[in-house]
Amino acid sequence: MTIQTVRNLRRFSQVLFFVVFCWLILKTNFDIDIDPTTVSEITLPYPVSIALQFDPLVALATLLANGTLFKGLLWSLVILIPTIFMGRFFCGWVCPLGSLNHWLSEIRSERLSFRGKGKIESNRYKKYQRIKYYIFLFVIAAALFGTLQTGLLDPLPLLARSIGTVVLPATHAAADGALGWVKSFGIQPVSSAAQSVYDFVAPTLLNFRRVHFHGILTIALLFGSILVLNRVFTRFWCRGLCPLGAMLGIFSRYAIFGLQKDEKSCDHCNLCLLSCQGADNPDIGAKWRQPECHLCLNCQAVCPQGSLKFKFFPTLEGTVTNPPPIQKVDISKRKTIASLAGGAALFPLLRSGDSFEVAANERLIRPPGSVAEDDFLARCIRCGQCMRVCPNNALHPTLLESGVEGIWTPILIPRIGYCEPSCTLCGQVCPTGAILELTMTEKVGDKETPPNRIGTAFFDRGRCLPWAMATPCIVCEEWCPTSPKSIYLKEEVVLDREGNEVRVQRPYIDPNICTGCGACEFACPVVDRPAVYVTSVGESRSPDNQLLLRRKDPSRPPREIPNER
Amino acid sequence: MKRREFLKRTTKATALAAVCGGAGWFFNNRQWFNYEPPMVSKHDFEVVPDNRFPQLTLTRDENHAAALYDALDAIGSIKRFVRPGERVTIKPNVGWDRTAAQAATTSPLLVGEMVRLCLEAGASKVIVSDVTCNEARRCFLRSGIREAAEKAGAEVILPVQDDYVVMDLGGELLTGWPVLKHFVETDRLINMPIVKQHSLTSCTISMKNLYGILGGRRNQLHQKIDQSIVDLASFSRPTLTVVDATRVLMRGGPQGGSLDDVNIEHTVLCATDQVAADARAAEFLGLDAARVGHIVLAEKAGLGTIDYRSVGYKENI
Repeated sequence: MTIQTVRNLRRFSQVLFFVVFCWLILKTNFDIDIDPTTVSEITLPYPVSIALQFDPLVALATLLANGTLFKGLLWSLVILIPTIFMGRFFCGWVCPLGSLNHWLSEIRSERLSFRGKGKIESNRYKKYQRIKYYIFLFVIAAALFGTLQTGLLDPLPLLARSIGTVVLPATHAAADGALGWVKSFGIQPVSSAAQSVYDFVAPTLLNFRRVHFHGILTIALLFGSILVLNRVFTRFWCRGLCPLGAMLGIFSRYAIFGLQKDEKSCDHCNLCLLSCQGADNPDIGAKWRQPECHLCLNCQAVCPQGSLKFKFFPTLEGTVTNPPPIQKVDISKRKTIASLAGGAALFPLLRSGDSFEVAANERLIRPPGSVAEDDFLARCIRCGQCMRVCPNNALHPTLLESGVEGIWTPILIPRIGYCEPSCTLCGQVCPTGAILELTMTEKVGDKETPPNRIGTAFFDRGRCLPWAMATPCIVCEEWCPTSPKSIYLKEEVVLDREGNEVRVQRPYIDPNICTGCGACEFACPVVDRPAVYVTSVGESRSPDNQLLLRRKDPSRPPREIPNER
Repeated sequence: MKRREFLKRTTKATALAAVCGGAGWFFNNRQWFNYEPPMVSKHDFEVVPDNRFPQLTLTRDENHAAALYDALDAIGSIKRFVRPGERVTIKPNVGWDRTAAQAATTSPLLVGEMVRLCLEAGASKVIVSDVTCNEARRCFLRSGIREAAEKAGAEVILPVQDDYVVMDLGGELLTGWPVLKHFVETDRLINMPIVKQHSLTSCTISMKNLYGILGGRRNQLHQKIDQSIVDLASFSRPTLTVVDATRVLMRGGPQGGSLDDVNIEHTVLCATDQVAADARAAEFLGLDAARVGHIVLAEKAGLGTIDYRSVGYKENI
């Protein structure tokens, strides 16, 4: 097999993994083609979050943060162990964000032409490439103390989140807008042509309904910046910032595979530098840096003299004019300690704020099956899969609702979408167990099992039509999905402004039964600020955030049940 | 400046100015693209009254398909309602993400049978649709209606934004309102409600089921629900009403959820008079139609007769 073939294999591998990654996110969706007679619970036909379980940084960080390796994360060894022997093959061959950066970097730019000194110089090893190691150490130290921040910058969750909550919804909006615009001309053949193109694209690319996400601009800003930075430096993100790349670089310390340079045949044409992805100094006369190399094999493929060769057990000795390769990462001891200390300080700093313990946002409604908040913050990698899969568009990335610490973690906004009682999809897709997978019985409860509660509904009597405006309504009661209904009505005769008697049914909440699903808030006709709203109190996951001393649930045996967790 | 250059530049500048001015003139006070959807107005699908047939039939049979056939035959058979080549829209109640057994949605078996009957009668196309409360895909899936209807040969259409047309319903309360076009752009409309308890209206049967043809903010209609039901029922006149009383939701309606709230009745009603149908079906809930607000109001508006025995009633129990 020639080196050209191997390089083409690498290109194929990049496309393949990129397509698979995107396909999995597209499939993270409530699929209509399920036979209702054979499945009582709606389950996804594919393990759509599997790509995230291959991420070694997710595995390491969640292991440090919550002490367990959640099921499926063992897959990450499939990436990590070969890396120990081979180096960062993941970055050059597999990583979908890396591939995206690769392709965007290779588009000719004004600043750095394909040839020439500027490009060669920019592809030499630079000190900024150390930043990623400090980022890695910082987030790892923070994880050890219990706050999981790797997901913000870890490429796989980052890409999943960006595609799921930014790219696809924006594509949908653009497609709808374009279709409406073309149709607005009113030329029949053009309209129907546009419609058929739309119908062709829709089943694969568009969600079955338009979705809207809270605060996606911040996610878009980070993702857009990462993509744009490729125009300044080739793969700036991969070289300088990516904490997963840093982790894999550190783990390639004892790699047995590497670049061997033949000094004698080299005529210093610098073609290797022109095509280098990792800025790892493949040229002769500089130290090749194993932890920076993505194993893209470009340097060997373009070398006209055959001076560069990737092989097992390359020589580690150098000469006066050709220094030996370096396998250690280039970080200073002081900055290592500073990064670790910074990460360690992050945890007490975040928890000294008010958003976690003393003044948690009452609207912080987590998805059903979520673990307690401290454990949640030690598990959630903000991949956005739960938001993507939610059929009601109920789950959204937070901005500051759970403090700076929890940015982009999922929050349920009932006004936009309520939690469907029969749905357990968010727990099915969560790759780290921040949202546990519930069975249908655990979700809605039965005679023995309490239902999973995410909060409790309350009435704003000053805004409620039967309470404040002598007007019949009861839409909330109609929508209440528990049986018996948590919302009950009492008929009263009230006087309107003219003194006429009006018979209204005034709604009340029974907090013993309410699960906080938010259907009432969603359906309330008081559009802008609903007269019934859900707050997190009473949520199953918290022993403290409770309203009642004891629950008396009429749907279960008459004995009093202690507050279930 | 040379003469040639002077001419060139002034010509170009004048041309550009003319384009700008012309464009301004053209677009001034006019919308250059047209957002207005074409108006459609057919909403009365009733058949011509025929004295040979009763206005309401009821059959009780544990075989629900047989109950449907029997009730339908008694009211004039499917041939009276569907002619060859016609386009039929069936409107079951698919409002909620519930299974058929929970009795919040119309029986999929009956919907499937109805589709088959329409196609056998020569219908060119049968559409099954509903504007659901819960997310439409889940409702159609879990209720089993999508599968049953498609197996029988119908096209199941879930509501999408583009398919609503704003229509003047001409009611006292309901005027301009978005209606799902499949319920107005068709030749025949068959209403297939299920009998359920409802806290505001006591019961939701045929007329209340018509809410499902509307889009928009229908949760505001509850403020004057009786009048809005009557407005809607005066607007949308189905060809035939087939009431599913095989299971009746006694409590916790209209969404239900608990099998304890369901009564098994094995009954199907066919009607050309919706008021009569609602009056008879309300009895399953232990209600006297003469005390149910919207049914009384509907009779006053001339939509039908509460005293169903007076309009021709045939039951087969």
